Amino acid sequence: MSELLNGSVPLEAYLLLAAVLFCTGVWGLINSRNAVRVLMSIELMLNAVNINLMAFSSYVDGDLIRGQVFAVFVITVAAAEAAVGLAILLSLYRNRVTVDMERFNLLRW
Amino acid sequence: MTIAASTQLICFLVLAAVVAIGGLGVVLLSNIVYSAFLLGGVFMAVAGLYLLLNASFVAAAQVLVYVGAVNVLILFAIMLVNKREDLAPIPGLQTRRLLSGGVCAGLFALLVRVALTTPWAVPGPQAVGEGSTVRIGEHLFTDYLLPFELASVLLLMAMIGAIVLARRDVQATDLGTGQAADQGLIEKSRTPLLVDQPPS
Repeated sequence: MSELLNGSVPLEAYLLLAAVLFCTGVWGLINSRNAVRVLMSIELMLNAVNINLMAFSSYVDGDLIRGQVFAVFVITVAAAEAAVGLAILLSLYRNRVTVDMERFNLLRW
Repeated sequence: MTIAASTQLICFLVLAAVVAIGGLGVVLLSNIVYSAFLLGGVFMAVAGLYLLLNASFVAAAQVLVYVGAVNVLILFAIMLVNKREDLAPIPGLQTRRLLSGGVCAGLFALLVRVALTTPWAVPGPQAVGEGSTVRIGEHLFTDYLLPFELASVLLLMAMIGAIVLARRDVQATDLGTGQAADQGLIEKSRTPLLVDQPPS
């Protein structure tokens, strides 16, 4: 807390922000009924993880900024995930003419 | 060189407010187009946070990949599937929302406790600052070379997979011989296969 008084941003602030963003993403992932919004929630969660990685890289890792390298890889995987996810979504929409998650229930017991 | 401390704090507070409120808006707004544009705003704010952390390369990658590619892709998907549909009410939706809200609040409490009680090793060694781009390049071509190459293979696989998944399977003419394809196959590919009966 002494860091907050002398004006610089403490590491915990970044961690708390990432926690807020991650929990928002989890809630949206569970509760969205639009399939596109589910994909957006996943992107929010990935961004929260990236904020954590970058904060640790900057505050703890010093000269070796391994967190930034990991963040670059996470961004790569997120781009691939978005492309495949949206292609699956289009294919689903073509077959069922809806984006309602509640009606994608072919594998439900 | 770092920005002066108080300016840094104010920038962080503004960006954090944008990220938190924008994230809530992405999840809660009923119009999906507004959600998509808010998501772009959240991505830009996160890039700003990266700039505050002296990571200019990752900030640029965030803007290029997330705002430039992922967000535009999501907007395209919304345009392709944007049909006004009245979602059928399902029983127990409110209970489910409350339950999942409770679970997320518990997760948040856990994360906050971990973040506040762990004795982080700060202040760590002196951060690299402006030289981070050079350092990332050195990492990518020495000790992270194998993940870097695997990432390129992954992107190729994702690209081919997306094309295969999203294209229509039946062409109007045979690609090899140029003859017209079977009309029945074309009709079959146009009609949705798995449409269930509308709930009565």
